[in-house]
Amino acid sequence: MGPTEQPTIDRHIPASQEVDEAGARRSLRTQIAKLERERSALIAGAFPHVRPLATPAFDVPASGPRLLSLEALERLRDQLAGQLQDVSHQVDDRNEHERRARELLEGMKLEPARYKFVRLPVRDLGEGGCGVWEVRPRLGLIGMLAGWWQLKLSSGCPLARGPRR
Amino acid sequence: MSAPEPRGGAASSDLREAFAPSRGWCSHDVEEELPGLAVVSAEIPVGRSGSLTGTSPRDVKERLRELSNRYRGAAAVNVRRDAIPVAYRVFFRQIGLDPEVVRTPIEAAVLDRMLHGGFLSGGLLEDVLLIALLDTAVPVWALDAASVEGPLGIRASVEGESLGRAAEAQPLPAGRLVVADAGGAVATLFGDVAAAHAPAGNAERLLVFALLVPGVPELYAEEALWGVRTALAWR
Repeated sequence: MGPTEQPTIDRHIPASQEVDEAGARRSLRTQIAKLERERSALIAGAFPHVRPLATPAFDVPASGPRLLSLEALERLRDQLAGQLQDVSHQVDDRNEHERRARELLEGMKLEPARYKFVRLPVRDLGEGGCGVWEVRPRLGLIGMLAGWWQLKLSSGCPLARGPRR
Repeated sequence: MSAPEPRGGAASSDLREAFAPSRGWCSHDVEEELPGLAVVSAEIPVGRSGSLTGTSPRDVKERLRELSNRYRGAAAVNVRRDAIPVAYRVFFRQIGLDPEVVRTPIEAAVLDRMLHGGFLSGGLLEDVLLIALLDTAVPVWALDAASVEGPLGIRASVEGESLGRAAEAQPLPAGRLVVADAGGAVATLFGDVAAAHAPAGNAERLLVFALLVPGVPELYAEEALWGVRTALAWR
């Protein structure tokens, strides 16, 4: 191609750029959809231990339903990708926390004497409710002196009207 | 307290007419950018006696109570995982709305249920639209049929346009996505209906519309509109 042919080729660029930009927006919207679906499923799966964060308003004056430009879609995609990563880390941390709690519970079951008075809320195991696993001496002071330890699960959430009389 | 006044004979004969929801138009730019977005509308007669904005009858309140029992904590969390609500959530992102700030209609309704301990009655029409939303996850809005000119469609607002045709209508920024008829914008997309087009308590015919987004079968929108029709036709 000679240097004189260049202007002719350049004249075609705007049209192809327009086509590419529409394609790029379509692709970004697909990516945004995928990221939002993944993020939403992760948050729902780890509820209530993972909290969603609002996306920082990236275009405050024009907020409201509108057609997003390529730049706005790119910014949104990047923000969602960052948020998804953050949520994934939170979920991983939470899973690790629950794994350690399950190991602790296993140890408390096998050798209660090694875990005297250790308390483990069932929430740490990823279960609902207010129960707490605790290693306590059997028969109170006698058990404490004799080394009789047992693992007990508390009866659950406190009563709405206070302790029974 | 006076007994609710029955609507005229014209309305009662309208109740036998065929239910024919139709797909509205989309402007070229909206169709290009957001394929799958559509407005589905149907004109429906109001057969119930009493005001549309007045207290709901017992059967409607009973239905709200049933739905309050269905939507408990676990169901509320799972809304984020269900296909139809997620489709709206995804679409909110694609039109520049953050669903954590501007909740999708179904998520807003379920959050309200959690905060208030139940779905609170807000008047006959409001309750019927809420029931349709909870049954299908598809949001439905109502307009006074007499105030609408021609079929509904979706487009971006233009410079200097207002929401509705009243003198005191709220101005719209250019580029806002709106539901419009031949005369102008009647509602913002997933937002408020213009006050001039909102049904009055004694309206005899309503134009109800639902918004379809990619991933939501049209059948769901038709079911939501049908639910509103049957609830308001019931005498």
